Parts: sequence; structure tokens; C-alpha cells
Amino acid sequence: MSIGASPPRIEAADKATGRACYVDDIKLPGMLYGALLTSPHAHARILSYGVEGARAIPGVKAILTGPDLKTPRAGGIIKDESMVARDKVRYVGEPVAAVAAVDAETARRAAAAIEVQYEALRAVLTIDDALAPGAPILHEQFSAYVQSVKGGGHANTIFESSLLEGDVDVAFTQCDVIVEGTFETQAQHHVYMETNGCVADVDAAGRITLYATCQSVHHIQQRVAEELGEPMAKVRVIATRVGGGFGGKHASNIHSIAAWLARASDRPVKLVLSRMQDFEVQRSRHPARIWMKTGARHDGTIIARDVAITTDGGAYADESPPVLTFALMMSRGPYRIANVRARGRAVYTNKLRAGSFRGFGNPQASFAAESQIDELATKLSIDPLELRLKNAMRPNDTAFGGHAVPSCILRDCLVAVRDAQRSATPLPPRPDRRRGVGFAAMSHVSGLMGTAAEVQLRTDGSIALSTGCVDLGQGADTTMMQICADALRIPIDRVSYAQQDSDSSPYNWKTAGSRSTYMTGRAVAVATVAVRDKMLEHAGEILECSTADLELRPGGEIGIKGVPSAVTFKDVALRSLFQAGGPISASHGFVFDGPPFDPKRATIHQLAFQNLGVYTFGAHCVEVDIDEATGAVEVRRAWCAHDVGRAINPAACEGQIQGGFVQGMGYALTEQMQWNSEGWLTTVTLADYKVPGVLDCPAEIHPIVLEDPEPSHPVGAKGVGEPSLVGAAPAIANAICHATGARVRSLPMKPERVLKELEKRT
Amino acid sequence: MNNVFPIRITVNGETHEVRASPSATLLEVLREKIGLTGTKHGCNHGVCGACTVLIGDKLARSCLALAADIGERKVTTVEGIAAGRELSAVQRALIESGAIQCGFCTPGFVIALTHLFAHNPRPDRETIRAALSGNLCRCSGYVKIVGAAERLAEARP
Repeated sequence: MSIGASPPRIEAADKATGRACYVDDIKLPGMLYGALLTSPHAHARILSYGVEGARAIPGVKAILTGPDLKTPRAGGIIKDESMVARDKVRYVGEPVAAVAAVDAETARRAAAAIEVQYEALRAVLTIDDALAPGAPILHEQFSAYVQSVKGGGHANTIFESSLLEGDVDVAFTQCDVIVEGTFETQAQHHVYMETNGCVADVDAAGRITLYATCQSVHHIQQRVAEELGEPMAKVRVIATRVGGGFGGKHASNIHSIAAWLARASDRPVKLVLSRMQDFEVQRSRHPARIWMKTGARHDGTIIARDVAITTDGGAYADESPPVLTFALMMSRGPYRIANVRARGRAVYTNKLRAGSFRGFGNPQASFAAESQIDELATKLSIDPLELRLKNAMRPNDTAFGGHAVPSCILRDCLVAVRDAQRSATPLPPRPDRRRGVGFAAMSHVSGLMGTAAEVQLRTDGSIALSTGCVDLGQGADTTMMQICADALRIPIDRVSYAQQDSDSSPYNWKTAGSRSTYMTGRAVAVATVAVRDKMLEHAGEILECSTADLELRPGGEIGIKGVPSAVTFKDVALRSLFQAGGPISASHGFVFDGPPFDPKRATIHQLAFQNLGVYTFGAHCVEVDIDEATGAVEVRRAWCAHDVGRAINPAACEGQIQGGFVQGMGYALTEQMQWNSEGWLTTVTLADYKVPGVLDCPAEIHPIVLEDPEPSHPVGAKGVGEPSLVGAAPAIANAICHATGARVRSLPMKPERVLKELEKRT
Repeated sequence: MNNVFPIRITVNGETHEVRASPSATLLEVLREKIGLTGTKHGCNHGVCGACTVLIGDKLARSCLALAADIGERKVTTVEGIAAGRELSAVQRALIESGAIQCGFCTPGFVIALTHLFAHNPRPDRETIRAALSGNLCRCSGYVKIVGAAERLAEARP
């Protein structure tokens, strides 16, 4: 059986030998190199462009500036962006002009030679600046933008939203214990090891072919076509190997620039960002300020929560509305709390746009929410894990907003990490450190939008599988092949898996939202079964029996039950191709089909989506050592239990859990994008922006993969990509407090910040 | 238009004559002039380790090394680790342990581990971790990479 095994990944040997082709490895004949000129101002009006000097440099083939753009603004839910700035710049690093030239050095020199005159405007760099009376407005034309969900527009508001269940004000009067506080989280960068980039080619008819490191060929195709003013038929996007995404390659921004330059120069153009540019022009996790109040009865029953979340969306809306919506939905935590009010707003500031990032608003909300569970436990004198178990959601409960949750093994996750930590051999104490243990629980979703898969039988009985799901490194290619091979009882090397190409791949929204194994995996399973059924019909006709009497046998055979004789997939294929029936193939596509919000249960004002996915659950436990002299925090061991529905590839699940935990640990302790008072990002290299290295990480991160098959999935699987990040920061904060009594409510929990809280204790 | 001059450089046992600017890094020459794209451009500041190669017997950041400085020293890149289709023990261990995710950092880890095992056939966990401290991985949390090396060390006589 392929499901439940961890075969070597299909592409692993290519990666281990340097053969795997990433976007910067592509070199096309006659290829030009693109370079960007970016804004030196956080907020300024563009007065004029001087491109003559740049154009005079030998080797320069195309120059793009704002006035060249003829199409309306593009973007996600709110179309407020353009590939290069028009009229105004709104953050330092915003692309203002682009050049294509015969080599990278010439392109950079030419971009630098473009003269742009600006009138500097007052910038807003914080949430408070953005909301201050009389604050400069970033988007004066907001009301004229195309918006598929309304909810913003006044002052610098991108979007406002709220979700309410029960009667929070009355419930708080019935609480015996109440905790209240404000939590702050920072901008985190994805730091995929491979920076963003693409190569755009153009044919004689002007059709663009774009090779991109991306999370969806279909999304990029749509965005580039929109920004070039072409039908999608004139834009083809092919995914290369992707060196990590984490949400940072989720939405398109630079692809249209390369495509525009290719069309203008009639040559292929490579535009791959340097690490510094990637930090400056891509996107971050939303910084958030979260006020939260939670109340419980003496017995530990949590009955009320009130939440107000403000996120800093940066200069463009990008994914701000859905991220905010999801943060609100996750702010209740995976608990039975009858009365919850969550209000949120996202605001524009003159900084890099914030967008999609593994967790999608949940890490921010869960940092606050799970910290408050421990604060409540302290006030109630109840063990924090017991308090979680007491209030944990159970099967057939509803999520905040009213989505039904038929399967829920949160309590098993909590018990699993508690028992694993208790039964582990204790680490020797260190005289100069205080040790603490901290827990966090989380829920997340796995689903969203549309996807499809296509399965074809080849002449020799092999299977060709095709989906639009781009593997970002998590192992989706192998996972999809395992699902397909398992349904046909063949080894996975009898299945080929197509590289994603918008000309031929079935539609997939994106590799995002912990959705690939659940959504695309579902499509693969259904399409494969449809091919199997067609093969059974042929076999029944060859063997002259009813299909009900047939069985699949391992290795690609179909036989009559109880009888040795059989036909092979090859026999079936040849018959279908040369005698009767025609080529055997099947496709299956669907859009996430779970129930929407329940308006009878929840009062909803402006949410960016109606249904999301199936719910997943998890729990983390960490042991940390704190140096009370310096405030330094060291995570010594971690246990992370996650409900994956069914583990198609256990090693891949473990890799997601361990990697997600460490990315969450970086969020908790070291990672922070910082801007100076002029709006310049000061953390633009990996020397300034601290990603955890191996010595910063615990040697022991124990993934605990729990299986509670998801009924809506043919093989029971759910996603685990994002949840693994969510629990790290609150678990570490709770462990710090357990060790020292100091409660840190801001991320990252750098030594100086921890020290400040330690000093407050006395 | 840019000043270029000839550089003679031996990579994975093959000697190449290329023309490059005096400021060209070894990484640029490997990728752009010789066509060995397995060595990755991750940060350009010598922090991430994706561009790690061996120069002679020493680990080096090819993004910080000038091609013109290499001289007679032999360069080994990730493409020079396997013997044809026969993968090295380090490569096999990484693959079999599920230690490869997006793969962009993998060439650097392959080189760093190859260097480690060449000098210390049975390193312990702390030695392995120290030897990998110059390579960033954003996908794995390092556990399976270290585990691959530990299993390889245990399998050695």
C-alpha cells in the first residue's frame, strides 16, 4: 500500500545532486536581465521621470515606468496595486521603474540612472499613525477601486469586520475570574531559501510564457493577463521547482513586470530578486495589536471572550481582508466559549504590504488567546493543561461562526503532548537557568476554493497524473502520487506526475491554506477511482464477467475474485486505444463544499469568505530554559501533536510539523522586520534578520502524528502545513511564565523584552 | 563594456577557461559561466550557506569568494559529489531520512556533511550540529537533516 508509507520523494535525488531546476537556473537564448528601481520614499507623489540617461546606456532594451501602464489597478479582494507605482509611492522599496538589459549589471546601472522627481509626503508608519485624526491618506481613490468585499475606506482603513456569538456583556457579569491584556506581534518575513523570481518569454505572436517560482500557475496567469490587458489565453505560466513558499509566493506582484519587459523588448527576460529586494518588495506577516478579555467561572468553565484586533496591512491590501477574517475566527481558540465578540480592522501604513503567511492570522490570534488561557489558569489555580482539556472542543461541536466540526481530537492532542513530556527522561537542571514547561492548543482549517485532478491510462498500463498543485517543498508531488497509486494498487513508480503548466494542468486555486492534501488529494482520489472503474468495465468485457466480480490486484492487474486469471492494465489500455471505448481518462474538480457560516448562530459583519475548510487540531508542549541575568530564552525540547486525518506520507507530515514549529519559534524569539523613522526597512539581509539556525533549535522536536480520518475525504486526510507554526509562540510564552512568573505579551520575545518583564516582577 | 579577463579554474575535476570580471564571485562563475547551477544563490552575504562549496579541502561560501582568487585550488560543488548515478552516502542518507524538502538549501548541506564525514567518520550529534551551523534551512527544523547524519555515522564501522 502506498498510503502510510514514506517513500523517498520523487524529486529528492534531483535536489541532492543539484539537478533540480529552480527559476534562477533557467537560461533562455537571447535572455535579458531585469532590474528594478525602487522608491526611496515611504510616501511621495511622483512628479516626473527622466529615462533618457538610462535609455542611452548600450545594452538597455526596455524601460517600464508608471505612465506606460494602460490597465486598471490589480490586486486581490481590493484592487489597489499596480506592477510599478503610478502617481504615488507608498513604501520604501516599491518598484517605480524596471529595465531589461543584456546583462544584470547593465540592467542595474540603467535602473539606477532613471531619474524620478518626488514630492515627499508625510508618512504613516504605525497603526496609531494611520488612525490618528488628520493622518495623511494613502489611498485617496480607495472608493474607486474594484472591491469584491466591502468593508473599508474611511481614513486609512482597508477592511473592518466582526463576528459575534452569544451575549458577551451579560456573560462577563457572570464571570468569577477575568483576564485582560493587549498583545503585540511583529512583521515576520517568510525567508523561503529561494527568493522570488521569474523568467518571461515571448513568442512571435506576442504570447507570454512565464516560468515562475510560485504557489499557483493559475493565479499568476490570471494576474499577469489582467495587468497586461490580455486574455488569459495569451499568458502561459509554468512552475519551476519552488525553494519554499510559506505564503510568500501566494500572490503575484513582480511577474507582470517581467512579462511587460519581455513583450516590450521582444526577448526573454529574467527577473530574480536579490535577498535584499525580496525583503523590500515582497510581503510580511501582518503585525497585529490584539486586545483581549476572557472570563471564566470558578470551576474553570470559560464563558466569555471579547477581542479587538487591529492589523497593519502595509501599503497595499493584498490578503489583509481574509487574514483579518481568519484571525477573528481563530480568536476563540479551539474551545467551547459560548459568548464571544471579535472585532477587527486592517489599516494601511507606508510599509511593505503584509499578506499571506503560514498560519494566516491564526499565529497572531493564538498568541494572545493561548497566553490568556494560561493567565486564567493561574488566577483560577487550575493546571493550564487541565483548563484546556475542560474547555476543549469535542466532536460535533461548532466552530466560532457556526461551522459544524464533526471530527475533533483536540483532547487527544493535548493528552499526547502532556504524556510524552512527562514520560521523557528529564533534562539535567542547569544552575544558572530557570526551566519552564508551556502548552498551547490550536485549531486551523484545511480546504478553501477550487481544485481538480486528471488521471490518464497510458499505453503500457502506466498512469499519468496531473494536478495544478505546485509542490513548495512539503512533498505534495509524492503525496498525490501515493494517493493515486494506492487507489490502483500499483507502485508509485508506475505513476508520472506532471509539472504545473497553465496550458495543461487542471485548475488549482493555490498551494496554500493547508489545502493540498485535503483538496487536491480529494480530487486525485476521486479521479483515480473513476479511471479504475472504467478499467474494470473493460476488464469485465475482456473476461466476460460482471464488474462486481472483479478485483484489483497489486501491480496493475484486474482479476476475477477467487479465480487466478487476470488482465493487466496494459491489456485494458491497448483495448481502449485500439479496439473499443477510446482512451481511458477521468478528471474530477470541485470547490470546497463545506457548510457556510451559520447566520442564526453568529452575527457577522463583512467576512472575506463564507466557508473555509475542515477543522484540524493540534497541541504543542515546550520546555525552555531562561537565563534570568540576560533574558535569553532557549527552547530545549518540543512535542507537537497534530491531527492529520490520515498520514499519507508520515515522514512528510513530520517534516511539516518540525519545520513549522521552528518557523514559529523564530517568530516567537528572534525574527522581526524593523523600519526606521523614515520608513526604511533596516532588516534587509539574513545577517540583520535572524532566522533560526540549527544551534538555535532544540535537537528534539518530537512530532506526534495523530490520525482521525476526515469523513469528507476519500482517504481521510487533512492538512498540517500551517497548524504546526501556530502553537510555538504561545507555548514558549507560557513556558517563560511558568519558569519565571513573567508574562511577555509582545513578539518576538527577545532577551531585552524578557528581561524587562522579569524586572517588573519585583 | 565591463572589464573581463581570463580565469582558469578546476571544478569537479574539469578545468575551465572563462572570461569574467575581477569582481566576479566564484558563485557567479560557477552558475553563469560554467553552467553548474546546483550551487545556490540564497543571500549573497555569506549567511545562509546555500552556496557552500569545497575549495581544496576547505568549506567556502562561493558568494564571498572571488573567482580570480581560486588559483590552483580545486573546487568541488554538489554536482561533483555523486559518482555518475551512484549517489554518495551523504546524499542517500538525506534522501532516505526524508531530510529534503524544498531542496534549495540541500546542495549546501550535502557539501557541509561531505566535508564533515571526510574528517570525522563517526561524528556525534553535537559535532554534526556544529558542522551544520553555517547552513540555514527554512523547511525542516533541521531534525531530519541531523538525524540523517547521525544514522550515517552509526552505520560507519
